[in-house]
Amino acid sequence: MEKPGKHYFADKDIQVILGTLLRVGVIASMTVVFIGGLLYLSVYGNTGADYHTFNAAKTQYSSILAIFQGMSRLDGRAIIQFGTLLLIFTPVTRVVFSIFSFLIERDYLYVLIGIFVLGVILISLSNKLVG
Amino acid sequence: MSVLLFTIIVLAGAFLAGLVGSLTGLGGGVIIIPLLTLALGVDIHYAIGASIVSVIATSSGSAAAYVKEGITNIRIGMFLEIATTISAVLGAIVTVYINPGYIAVIFGCILLFSAVMMVRKKVDHSDSDSSGVLANFFKLNGSYPTASGTVKYGVHNVAGGFVMMLFAGIISGLLGIGSGALKVLAMDNIMRLPFKVSTTTSNFMMGVTAAASAIVYLHRGQIDPGIAMPVTLGVLMGATVGSKILVKTNTDKLKIVFAVVVTFLALQMIYNGLTGKL
Repeated sequence: MEKPGKHYFADKDIQVILGTLLRVGVIASMTVVFIGGLLYLSVYGNTGADYHTFNAAKTQYSSILAIFQGMSRLDGRAIIQFGTLLLIFTPVTRVVFSIFSFLIERDYLYVLIGIFVLGVILISLSNKLVG
Repeated sequence: MSVLLFTIIVLAGAFLAGLVGSLTGLGGGVIIIPLLTLALGVDIHYAIGASIVSVIATSSGSAAAYVKEGITNIRIGMFLEIATTISAVLGAIVTVYINPGYIAVIFGCILLFSAVMMVRKKVDHSDSDSSGVLANFFKLNGSYPTASGTVKYGVHNVAGGFVMMLFAGIISGLLGIGSGALKVLAMDNIMRLPFKVSTTTSNFMMGVTAAASAIVYLHRGQIDPGIAMPVTLGVLMGATVGSKILVKTNTDKLKIVFAVVVTFLALQMIYNGLTGKL
C-alpha cells in the first residue's frame, strides 16, 4: 500500500497551483479583451451592428494566423480575438499541467488519458474539421 | 443600431445573465443565448459562439476558487473528459449543418429540463461502497475532507455516467452551453457522487469541454469579436458578483421565480424555432 496521506498533500499543492494558473489566465485574457474592446469601440462605435444572419465569410479573424496579422495592424477586433484565444487555451494548459502531475505520481494510465484528451483538442485545432 | 449601443445593451444583458446564472446554478450560457436571439435578433450561430467563450471564462474563474477547497476529483474529471471533448467537437462540427429552427427547439427543451433540475430537491445518493470494477480500474473512488473527518465515497455505474457525458458533450458543442444540468445528472444520479465532489468536478470539466468546441467555432467564424467581447466580459463580471452574494443568501425563492422565467424563454425558443422565426 502506498501512503495515501502523502499523495493527498501532493495533489493539494498541485491543485492550488492549478487554481492560480486558471485565475491568472482568466484575468490576463479578459484584460486583453477589454483593451481590444475599447480600441474596437473607438474605431467602429458609430458603425451599424448587423448580426441578423450568420455569414462565415464576414468574420475576418477566424484563424490564429489572421488574428496575429490583424494584431500587427492594431485592429481592436483582432486584439479581442487574441484575448479569446488566450482564454480558450487557459483550460488547455490545465490539461497539460495535469498530465505532468500524473507523470510525477507515476500514474501512467492517467498520463495516457490526459494525452488523449489533449489530442482531441489539438485535432480540433486543424481547420479541416470545418466544412 | 450602432455598435456602441449594441455593445452596451449586450454587456448589461450578459451581466444579468452571469449574475442570475451563478445565483441559480444554471450558468450564464443558457440565459444569454435566448437574450441575444429573442430580444436582439442575433443569429443563433453567433450567439452560440459568444456563449461558449463565456462558459470558459466563468468555469475557469470559479474553478480557481473550487480547486483550493480540494474536493475536485481530478481523475473522474479527466476520465469523463474523454467522453465530453470528443462529443463536444462532434457537436460543434454538426451544429452549422442543422437548421437554426431545430437548434432553437433543442435549446428550448434543454432549457425546460434545466428549469426542472433547478427547482427539484436534490438527494445525495453517495455511499462508501467502492466495489465497482471500472471504478477500481480507473481509480475513481475518492475521499474529501469535512469538519468531522475524511469521508470516503465509491463511484457507481461508470459506463452509464460515461454515456450520459457523451450526450452532455454533444449538447454542449451543439448549443454552446456548459450543459451543467446534464453533467450533474450523470454525476449525482448515475455515478452517485457526493454533491461537493460532483459540482466542483463538473465545473472543472466544463472549461476543457468548452475549449474543444470553441476552437471549432473560432475556425468557422462563429466567434465574432463584436459579440464575444461584451458577452464574455459581462457574464464573467455578473458571475463574479453572483458568487460573492451567493454565500450570504438563500436562493430557494429566486430559483422558483427564475424557473418560471426560464420556462417562458424555453417555450418562446421552441415556438420561434418551429415557426421558423429564428
